Amino acid sequence: MAEGGVQEPFARAARQREAERLGMLIFLASEVMLFGGIFAAALALRLEHPAGYVDAAHHLKLWLGTANTGVLLTSSLCAALAVQAARNGQARWAACALWGAVALGTVFLAIKGVEYAGEYREGLMPGMATTHFEGRTQQLFMNLYFIGTGLHAVHVTFGLALLAAAALNRGARQDRHAMLIGNVALYWHLVDVIWVFLYPTLYLAGVR
Amino acid sequence: MTDEPRFEHPPEERAPSYLAESHSLRSWFFTTDHKRIALLYLVSITLFFLIGAGAAALIRLDLLTPQGDLLTNDGYNRAFSIHGIIMVWFFLIPSIPNVLGNFLVPIMIGTRDLAFPRLNLLSWYIYILSGLLTLYVVVSGGVDTGWTFYTPLSSVYANGAVVATIVAVFISGFSTILTGLNFIVTIHKLRAPGMTWSRLPLFIWSHYAVSIIFVLATPVLAITLLLVAAERLIGIGVFDPRLGGDPLLFQHLFWFYSHPAVYIMVLPALGVVSELITAAAHKRIFGYWFVAFASIAIAVIGFMVWGHHMFVSGQSVFASAVFSFLSIAVAVPSAIKVYNWTATLYKADVAIDAPLLFALGFIGLFVAGGLTGLMLAMLAIDVHVTDTYFVVAHFHYIMVGGSVTAFFGGLHFWWPKMTGRLYNETLGRIAAILILVGFNITFFPQFLLGYQGMPRRYHVYPPEFQVLHVISSLGAALLAVGYAMPAFYLLWSLLPGGRRAPANPWGASGLEWTTSSPPPKHNFIAQPVVVRQPYDYPLAHPASRDDG
Repeated sequence: MAEGGVQEPFARAARQREAERLGMLIFLASEVMLFGGIFAAALALRLEHPAGYVDAAHHLKLWLGTANTGVLLTSSLCAALAVQAARNGQARWAACALWGAVALGTVFLAIKGVEYAGEYREGLMPGMATTHFEGRTQQLFMNLYFIGTGLHAVHVTFGLALLAAAALNRGARQDRHAMLIGNVALYWHLVDVIWVFLYPTLYLAGVR
Repeated sequence: MTDEPRFEHPPEERAPSYLAESHSLRSWFFTTDHKRIALLYLVSITLFFLIGAGAAALIRLDLLTPQGDLLTNDGYNRAFSIHGIIMVWFFLIPSIPNVLGNFLVPIMIGTRDLAFPRLNLLSWYIYILSGLLTLYVVVSGGVDTGWTFYTPLSSVYANGAVVATIVAVFISGFSTILTGLNFIVTIHKLRAPGMTWSRLPLFIWSHYAVSIIFVLATPVLAITLLLVAAERLIGIGVFDPRLGGDPLLFQHLFWFYSHPAVYIMVLPALGVVSELITAAAHKRIFGYWFVAFASIAIAVIGFMVWGHHMFVSGQSVFASAVFSFLSIAVAVPSAIKVYNWTATLYKADVAIDAPLLFALGFIGLFVAGGLTGLMLAMLAIDVHVTDTYFVVAHFHYIMVGGSVTAFFGGLHFWWPKMTGRLYNETLGRIAAILILVGFNITFFPQFLLGYQGMPRRYHVYPPEFQVLHVISSLGAALLAVGYAMPAFYLLWSLLPGGRRAPANPWGASGLEWTTSSPPPKHNFIAQPVVVRQPYDYPLAHPASRDDG
């Protein structure tokens, strides 16, 4: 990424920044399509088994999912604040906000881990010796739940690594254009947005 | 040619060409030069073309006799699966974009390189990684699902290396996405001064359209294949009817990617042909904006036609009717292109060289493939010929007759630019004609076979089909000779003493012909400034061809 210097094949730094931002947005568009497949599967499942889907969703820990939504949204806020701080030239604040985002993202993963552990104990995790479901639709739903939230957790982990790398990068913190931090923040917002759709699709569907 | 005088430097002022600049292995395998990466791709996809062609040869040999004497049932399934998987993902999809596109996109818009040169090299390494995994699949006994991975065959019953194949295709998708991303950003942000959108070569328009499909369709295939792999490994059931899952959901998701993937294979070919036709006719393209926007229209409508692969799947008749209508609609922009090429050639002083012969062959085969595509888009006819050789012939007319012919045409057209050498034009013309004739002998009988009811993917068939199958196999032998010829005379031209190419051997317009052949490392000595429309014939300074 640009640390002030202009790299091949660009002649001007401003044009290079535009290109990097556009590249990131296009990458995020492809990420949206990736999760689109999961949402299509969830939609098909719910259309084919409307009642069973709701019953299965009811078994998820709604309060853990809700808490995690708050945690991840706040983490996203931190990333946005980091971008603003870097633009204002407040490198220290940018680093603090980035570490705040990392901390909250880690809390998200920890809560998710607690949730998975609970589901493992209840025998709801696919492919385990203790697995036992109440019915086929619950099995389908839980499997899709693990694929969807698992793929999301992979993205969260990757995003945390990016956030930490940005926080450790002095050049990125001091960049008044916030290029690296801005792109990392965009990725983090996408991880957030995907969760904002996963949460109603999986958790809120079970609210009666 | 718009700015040729700017680049007429005396030889001693010229920078060394990108090929002569350095010779170490390191300078090739760690290059970020888009031109060198294009050549890396050219070598690798040729390798995969040979493997895929080998599988095709096995198929055609086996079909010589109605009993299928050469291969076992399982062996035949594995042969056509490997043929499809390698030809689609490891040859056709990367062929024109990653070789010709990689080489030409930056030069045609007048810049030094793609926007993200290291990402470009990374996508080649990702492609190689996925290719090695595919080679592992081939040597470990292959896979028997066909290239479509239909569930529950792929998820439950198939006994080959399904997961390894899926992982290979999954990984290759990242290479595709990164290439598409790189092209879009490059075309948006790195055009030379004066290179407005209305001055872009049509090759660029079609690569822009295909990049959109790369970025938006490939991830859907990725998640779909991930679900199939998870189904096979831990039985998650999304596509498994025994759990209440839906195998048709797989078909929807797969074709949501794979029908646009057909346009991935043909859109770059359309761009190549626009360049070949205008260069041979020495005329401005007829209806520039129609041809340009036809590419975008194909990309957009192409996303909404996937259901025509599922007319007999039991989807609702209403859905089928809508998909049928949209599939017919997508033929309109394709037809516009064909009419505009023909109008460009009308009353032109045409130079009958190998690139034009390939382009004309393309038009003929593309029209035949397109019209049979219209037949398949009609609900009633499709039900009759679903899963028969009619479908096989149709998509080979588009993907082989169309895309591969255009790839060969483009390779001949830009060979002097890429290598700085002129190939033997007579042999080029012979190869172009041989490929056209061999192709038709191979695949036209398959239309007849299919219409009479020969199902695809069967190697034991009723004896009355044997005559047509034997004709098809003989045609395939001719086609193989046609495809092998360029490998010899193109490589021959590289030997010491081969004829050097001038900067503009075809007297064509376009920025790539204003720089030396082969171009210097940074493509141009000085930043080009574009002041004319594209295809601005007649050229201000027509270059003479020194190739008798």
